[in-house]
Amino acid sequence: MKIEAKLLLFLGLFFGAMCAVYWTWSLENAGGVMMFSGMLLCFLPGSYYLWWSRRMKARPEDNPNATQESGAGFVGTFPGSSIFPFVLGMGAFFVVLALVFGIWLLVPGFALAIWALLGGTSEGRRGGNR
Amino acid sequence: MSQNVITSPTGHDAHDEHHGPSGLLKWLTTTDHKIIGLSYTITAVVMLIIGGALAELIRAQLATSNGHLVSFAQYNELFTMHGSIMIYLFVGPFAFGALANIIVPLQIGAPDMACPRHNALRYWLYLSGSITMLLGFFTAGGAANFGWVGYAPLTSSLNAPGAGADLWIGGLLLTGFSAIFTGVNLIATIFYLRAPGMTMFRMPIFTWNLLVTAILILLAFPVLTAGLIMLYADRHFGTHVFSVAGGGVPVLWQHIFWFWGHPEVYILALPFFGMATEIIAVFSKKPVFGYKGMIFATITIAALSLGVWAHHMFTTGVVLLPFFSIMSLLIAVPTGIKIFNWIGTMWRGELWFSTAMLMSIGFLITFLIGGLTGIYLASPPLDFFTHDTYFVVAHFHSVVMALVLAAMGGLYFWGPKITGFLLNERIGKAQFWLLFIGTQVFTFPLYILGLQGMPRRMAVYPLHHDWVNLNAISSVGAVLIGISTLLFALNIVVSWKKYPAGDNPWDAQTLEWFTTSPPPHHNFYRLPQIRSERPTWDYNHPEHKSVAHASHEN
Repeated sequence: MKIEAKLLLFLGLFFGAMCAVYWTWSLENAGGVMMFSGMLLCFLPGSYYLWWSRRMKARPEDNPNATQESGAGFVGTFPGSSIFPFVLGMGAFFVVLALVFGIWLLVPGFALAIWALLGGTSEGRRGGNR
Repeated sequence: MSQNVITSPTGHDAHDEHHGPSGLLKWLTTTDHKIIGLSYTITAVVMLIIGGALAELIRAQLATSNGHLVSFAQYNELFTMHGSIMIYLFVGPFAFGALANIIVPLQIGAPDMACPRHNALRYWLYLSGSITMLLGFFTAGGAANFGWVGYAPLTSSLNAPGAGADLWIGGLLLTGFSAIFTGVNLIATIFYLRAPGMTMFRMPIFTWNLLVTAILILLAFPVLTAGLIMLYADRHFGTHVFSVAGGGVPVLWQHIFWFWGHPEVYILALPFFGMATEIIAVFSKKPVFGYKGMIFATITIAALSLGVWAHHMFTTGVVLLPFFSIMSLLIAVPTGIKIFNWIGTMWRGELWFSTAMLMSIGFLITFLIGGLTGIYLASPPLDFFTHDTYFVVAHFHSVVMALVLAAMGGLYFWGPKITGFLLNERIGKAQFWLLFIGTQVFTFPLYILGLQGMPRRMAVYPLHHDWVNLNAISSVGAVLIGISTLLFALNIVVSWKKYPAGDNPWDAQTLEWFTTSPPPHHNFYRLPQIRSERPTWDYNHPEHKSVAHASHEN
């Protein structure tokens, strides 16, 4: 996990340095703000991973000498199939079409999205018992 | 609905057979990354064909100086939608949606993407976004007509009043969210679902490039999404973010657009760099030359890519020329490292000129041409001279046609893993030569036209002897590219379930070639011990094991 953290922190540091040079040299705000936000976006997960990597045991995927047996055990619950991504996608489709063709399309759009969110959540709870 | 509880590949219930829906319902409800990836591949190739057909119409219009094939208004729609379809709906989704979706979990020994339903959702957002954008052609005012970059004030409700512009914005919003979800899912998968022993510096270069691409997606796409919401508010809610009339700043759109747009160039390119790297190593029967150098070059490209956006805006007169020029020129260094490493991988290798290898070499040459002309454009004095001329059009068409060559290489290379069947190599090689020669015949005249001052986005041009001939030659190149695409379709028909591939037809090196073709529902029946970035090669060739890079890793 340390390499993952260092990758993000390196990018954040680079964006920070680039931002400092650019903003002080150009005095242009749009680019400065966007670069600064980019730096924060890298620091946020990067520092979390660094903090966490110092407190966790090395995972099998971080151990160069790991055997396949060392990774045996529960990985996660992967739904084999689900209609709700399609329903939510169609809900989003109708919501966007409502921006163009008429506000009434928000009704089927939100109906589909709410159905998908409720159905998907309960589906996840049913499948997540182990 | 079924739920498959997965243990690691050594667990006794790791490979439960999947008994889900079949037929159309299977495609609508699937959460299997391979089927979602296949849906992405098919949709993206359809978009390539639609975008390509629009390109043929553009070249047909320009084959003579005073073409009458389309009206001026229709021509505006043609070049806008050609660029939009190719960039937003083909190259990007094909790169980080199609092959990445199928191959990344296989390369790291994962049973699926980290969030399978989330993964399915992003495909449906991509498909509905694509349909939304294309719906513009069926509205009264026609499709969007302000160029694929949507510069203010051309996009204002006064200048682009029709529904086509709103559908363009809506389509981009949907595909933009799809891309953001892709970034999240790829990073989660690569950080959390690697097989034991698959350390970061043992991941294949393709997966590394997709990881860096995913980080870039998360940095860049939200900016575009925010910009599109501001644009929609300007058009319909009376705000004046981008209009001078209300105190707004039109150039702000260019800052926002290119802050997304230039990292987007690398979001598009890095996955294809990864594809070419894998293919060149396999067909040279060698490990990747400079494995870690390739990774650091990729990270450097990503780091620099956030500081180069305004090289598209040199002529606006309001950007810091030296900063953006230096940063843009610096990108040539890591890119150059990649090119030398690709050559180094081939050097003294046992070269096998399969279609995939030819496509990758074609990519390398064409990308080099596009990259070198990009160095000219990073220099403000040269950019002032060539801005908005056909020189710029030729430069980025060299780059994107290189990506198309790499994409075709990827389909010939990984297609057998996905389908279980090989494509016909003779037709494939004919396709390569037509595509490669067609690309050069198409782009070279455009470079000259640009240097002679021909502006882009013109439906007609002066009856100048050179311009007519050069445009005609370029149109011939476009026809050759079109025929090569037809050959690809012919190849699929001719080869349909004809040449069984076996698990590892290319004697390849990485983990996806260890499983069956096509892979089972959760990918692997067993995994080898992973001791280098070439676990399948190590397993199949114990006498030529790779030297590990991982001695000092944690």
